[in-house]
Amino acid sequence: MTKTIELITGTVDKSYMHSIEDYKSHRGFNGLNNAVKMDKEDIIQEIIDAKLLGRGGAGFPTGIKWRHLYSVEGEPKYIVCNADEGEPGTFKDRLFMKKDPLIVIEGMLIAAYVFGSKEGYIYIRGEYRGLFEGFELALKNAKEAGYLGENILGIEGFDFDINIISGAGAYVCGENSTLLNSIEGQAGRPRVKPPRLAEVGLFGKPTLVNNVETFANIPIILDRGAEYYRSVGTEESGGSLIVCTSGHAKNRHYFEVPVGTNLKDIIYDEELAGGTSTRKPVKFVHIGGQSGPLAFPEQFDISFDHISLRNAGLSIGTGAIVIVDESVCLVDYLKKVFEFFIDESCGKCNPCREGNQQMYILLDKFSKGEGTEKDIETMKNLAEAMMQASFCGLGQAAPTALMSALRHRESEFLAHVDKECSKCFKKEVM
Amino acid sequence: MSKDNKENITIKIDGIDVTVPSGTTILEAAKKIGVHIPTLCNHPDLTAKSTCRICVVEDTGSRRLKTACNQPVDSCKEIITNSKRVKEVRKTILQLILANHPQDCLNCIRNQKCELQELTQKENIMDNPFERIYEPVPIKDDNPSLVRDNSKCIKCGRCVQACEEIQASKAIGFNGRSTNYSIGQAFDKATDESTCVLCGKCITVCPVGALREKDDTEKVWDALANENKFVVFQTAPSVRVGLGDEFGYSSGEIVTGHMVAGIRRLGADKVIDTNFSADLTIMEEGTEFLGRLTNGGTLPMITSCSPGWINFVEKNYPDLIDHLSTCKSPQQMFGAITKTYYAEKLGVDPKDMFVVSVMPCIAKKYESKRPEMDASGYRDIDVVLTTRELARMFKENGLDISELEPEDYDSIIGHGTGAGTIFGTSGGVMEAALRTVYEVVTGEELDNVDFEAVRGHDDFKEAEVQVGDIPVRVAITSGLGNAKKLLEKIRKGEADYHFIEVMACPGGCVGGGGQPYTIKHDAREDRMEGLYKDDKQHDIRKSHENPEIKEIYEEFLGEPNSHKAHELLHTHYRNRYTKA
Repeated sequence: MTKTIELITGTVDKSYMHSIEDYKSHRGFNGLNNAVKMDKEDIIQEIIDAKLLGRGGAGFPTGIKWRHLYSVEGEPKYIVCNADEGEPGTFKDRLFMKKDPLIVIEGMLIAAYVFGSKEGYIYIRGEYRGLFEGFELALKNAKEAGYLGENILGIEGFDFDINIISGAGAYVCGENSTLLNSIEGQAGRPRVKPPRLAEVGLFGKPTLVNNVETFANIPIILDRGAEYYRSVGTEESGGSLIVCTSGHAKNRHYFEVPVGTNLKDIIYDEELAGGTSTRKPVKFVHIGGQSGPLAFPEQFDISFDHISLRNAGLSIGTGAIVIVDESVCLVDYLKKVFEFFIDESCGKCNPCREGNQQMYILLDKFSKGEGTEKDIETMKNLAEAMMQASFCGLGQAAPTALMSALRHRESEFLAHVDKECSKCFKKEVM
Repeated sequence: MSKDNKENITIKIDGIDVTVPSGTTILEAAKKIGVHIPTLCNHPDLTAKSTCRICVVEDTGSRRLKTACNQPVDSCKEIITNSKRVKEVRKTILQLILANHPQDCLNCIRNQKCELQELTQKENIMDNPFERIYEPVPIKDDNPSLVRDNSKCIKCGRCVQACEEIQASKAIGFNGRSTNYSIGQAFDKATDESTCVLCGKCITVCPVGALREKDDTEKVWDALANENKFVVFQTAPSVRVGLGDEFGYSSGEIVTGHMVAGIRRLGADKVIDTNFSADLTIMEEGTEFLGRLTNGGTLPMITSCSPGWINFVEKNYPDLIDHLSTCKSPQQMFGAITKTYYAEKLGVDPKDMFVVSVMPCIAKKYESKRPEMDASGYRDIDVVLTTRELARMFKENGLDISELEPEDYDSIIGHGTGAGTIFGTSGGVMEAALRTVYEVVTGEELDNVDFEAVRGHDDFKEAEVQVGDIPVRVAITSGLGNAKKLLEKIRKGEADYHFIEVMACPGGCVGGGGQPYTIKHDAREDRMEGLYKDDKQHDIRKSHENPEIKEIYEEFLGEPNSHKAHELLHTHYRNRYTKA
């Protein structure tokens, strides 16, 4: 039996996917066509029943988010697609934008229909500027075919247009409130909450922000029905996931797998990542981007779904899986993680701005053989303060990888205290 | 947490029930039961933004800690403010800040008045597990008033907020990210090239020593030590109700006599009350106003004694410059008179005169350096000190003014009226002007000189006063954010007033950028009350009845708005339009 499926990638790469006709011949716009015949609250209920959990990283139930926005008074309501795919090792959103932009547009259209929105934005990370042209073409084709603009599908008052906004290379702009600031032309720094974005979002108006992959799931749910969709995944988390494998993976690629596929299979199955290209044993995998946890081999036998991972102290995040083999020193790896966060912190709050720098300094002490057991305690306290007290998700998640390393491999830090790491300390030749 | 039908919420904080209106923050609710959650970026005059993260508390209904300054109690289950977990996180955050701070408290202007220092002490921080990563950065002091030392900045953002939220100036903001995150003018532009009006609101909200006035005390010490210099001090109205804060007086107490005695002890040759030139301002401004009213001049006329306000108009609304009174501020009138009339009277060569102003304001330093301020043939004012600097000079010389016998100002241009003294508070200039204008126009004596309608600390006050046949409509506002709203109205032709008083700082000079540091919100109100009390204590409460004023017109100036008065006491403004 094959491990991969084509639930949401069914329209990916089948042909030249900016073409409305091609898209339609692969069930394209079936979801939208069904949706406009339904009661709006029923559409939301369908998404709730499908148990779609947001694919941006936090894994919040999409239907619940929609239901809340639906209950919020005020208009216009804006639809925003977060395409600021910044988590290293993640390239799933890129896949849709490049090879199947229409499914994203259809997802946004369904949202626009539900919320009566006239205007949507897709915020594409600056580094993806090569994808702009194709996406623009898709928008143009959709407009010409009457799927954007006024009176869509001939429905009086169903007017919707999508604007493309380019990011400028800041990872933190993937944080939803920061992203909205950036669209507004303000500096990319997170907003104080409350108020929530559903209440006071883009330009101060109620706003829906969903990830690209999340939007890509919406047409499928409305086309195939919640029951079928959920049957693909697990009881608590429906559908499929796009996992992206990289690092020392033998197969560095994206794979669509049902939610609940065993992580061990994702890592080792030849049809999926296929283990390491170096033939060295896997030391750990880094799941869900730099802000995600490390998982060690004894944790690999687990259902890859939001709930099981959460219960095991892990998380799915963006679905990225960076495979790291035994040649890598854990401390070195974590230093790279914190270098990343030092670069990407916006600087607004103390725990993140100062904490990432101090964490790097502490880790560096271990590299040099100057780390102490007390420093391990300091790292734990600092990680706790960052997770508990940082202003936004960036700082809160920055120590996630470190915490999982300390939980499962404190021994490797202690080995550095004793200068026993063979990668960091060369044995003196007698 | 429980709700009653009046939208009150009862919540447990540290095991104690407290009932507060819906929407109350955890911080405010905790205060009600005597629990003071520490804060750093929070300030009562500014919206909560929760960036320092010091005020974190535990909510039993939430996985993560919550910031007390901005989170309403509504969404909380039960609050614990002092659990071990909370205390450890708070301590860690504070240690992170300290690791990137110079900690040279002994050399810091805010030593013993620093909120970071106080917090460090309160949290019982004795050591720091983090490496010191502090690196000095250049000090920015490219203007006559303000010094920014970003080495000491803890990036709380209060100054940025005050500049935007209170003063509508947006002269400073956040530059860079992460380790390069810093506060300053956009693209590190020069202060004068920005929309900065040098009001000093940023100084008054800074919790540490990152912002201060440019210290000019050394120049004054030099002049005092120079036998050839005849040093004349003037003290602004609001200094007498602010200075006491530095010497253990209760907030707003009038310390005029003690201050005058102290200045004499420093070695000043003469100590003079700026209230005198405030009275002079009323004569000139009142006459100018009546002239505009009867000759069809530009109305509404707006007061011009607040130099931060003048900067704001020149930089943002140059098209409305004609609305400004041409009168110099009392400080500058004083300088022009001192080095002409007064010097002649005393028989002192004006080139040997050294005039020191003590002001509640840092924009006054800039104002005194404007090139046109040399009507006397010399720099009209040599040095401007803030209230804080005067206090430092007293302390440097071992003077505690509370121990000194009160002394009186010198004559002949040394005494002001009650009308002069209320210049120091929002509404005061208007009230002083009305007292005089009314009597000049009607020729009748006022039954009641207290114009209650223009008093108080509301953002915006308006009144209509019958002056003879004319119903004069006046408006008063303070804080540049409020003033901006009024200017927009004038621009649209919607401001149906004859005369408007504007002060750059909220509450007027009592809340000036040069006043003693206080985070006590109501200090302004206490000082305001102090000035009205001082007004009541004066025998003469109308500027035109000041005998020294009568004398100077008879002997020297002739009439208000005379040619000579124009030469010495009036000025002009420039278009300095700057894009925000």
